[in-house]
Amino acid sequence: MHSETSTPLKKVMIVVSRGSLDAIYPGLILANGARMEGIEASMFFTFFGLNSLVKKTMHSLKVSTVGNSALNMAMPMLGLPMTLPFPTWMGAIPGVSWFATSLMKKKMEKLDIPPVGEFLEIISDSGGKIYGCKLAMDMFDIKREDLCDQVDDILTVGQFYSMAGGERTQILFT
Amino acid sequence: MKKQVAGREVEVNEEGYLIDPSQWDESIASAIAQEESVGPLTEAHMKLIRYLREQQSKGVALTIRGIGKSGVTTIKEFYELFPGGALNKASKIAGIPKPVGCI
Repeated sequence: MHSETSTPLKKVMIVVSRGSLDAIYPGLILANGARMEGIEASMFFTFFGLNSLVKKTMHSLKVSTVGNSALNMAMPMLGLPMTLPFPTWMGAIPGVSWFATSLMKKKMEKLDIPPVGEFLEIISDSGGKIYGCKLAMDMFDIKREDLCDQVDDILTVGQFYSMAGGERTQILFT
Repeated sequence: MKKQVAGREVEVNEEGYLIDPSQWDESIASAIAQEESVGPLTEAHMKLIRYLREQQSKGVALTIRGIGKSGVTTIKEFYELFPGGALNKASKIAGIPKPVGCI
């Protein structure tokens, strides 16, 4: 909804630091949504968030079924009541995270939400920028050639901040 | 509310989107495009506009992903043709409602 009294945002910079599916999608949706509204968007992937840029891991990201206290029986798309908690011990059983992920992915495909790789392509083609974090890459021994083609650059925190200059920029941490 | 576009009176909402897609024609498209700093409209623009109108009349929800898969254009070209909020601008010029949805 456009408000006459407010000045529209010019740029959003989104930091993705976690690598579970439920941590990455909000960032992707925010970045793509910004481009759809004509707002500049860049994404900075650090720590485990980098997994969504690594060619070998980007297609096998999972929903976190352990230590996710808000997860309930409705959420992995099981169709059970939301009031029924999803016990952490259950999430630790081999295959459960995979199963919850596949149910969620089916639902997302139904809603026309693209898989991670395709989503990155869409954002990049829309003019959004994709950056990897230099320190996290050094830490996890990840090389530039391990990352998908959509990555525009590898940045230090300082370089990332220097791009945030100017008015009406927001940095979001998801 | 009513608005004068290309010498005709059309019904638009508060954001300037046509309320009745049947009031649309190419001269209205050109006039809205000019207001939105798009164009001048070429055949590439018009192909997309016709595609959007066709999808909308079928009740298909318009998404960027859908545009990319349409075969009419690529996402890159789409953003070049309609700089800024491409899907919103193209819909406005096509005389169809603003797409709802997050993707």
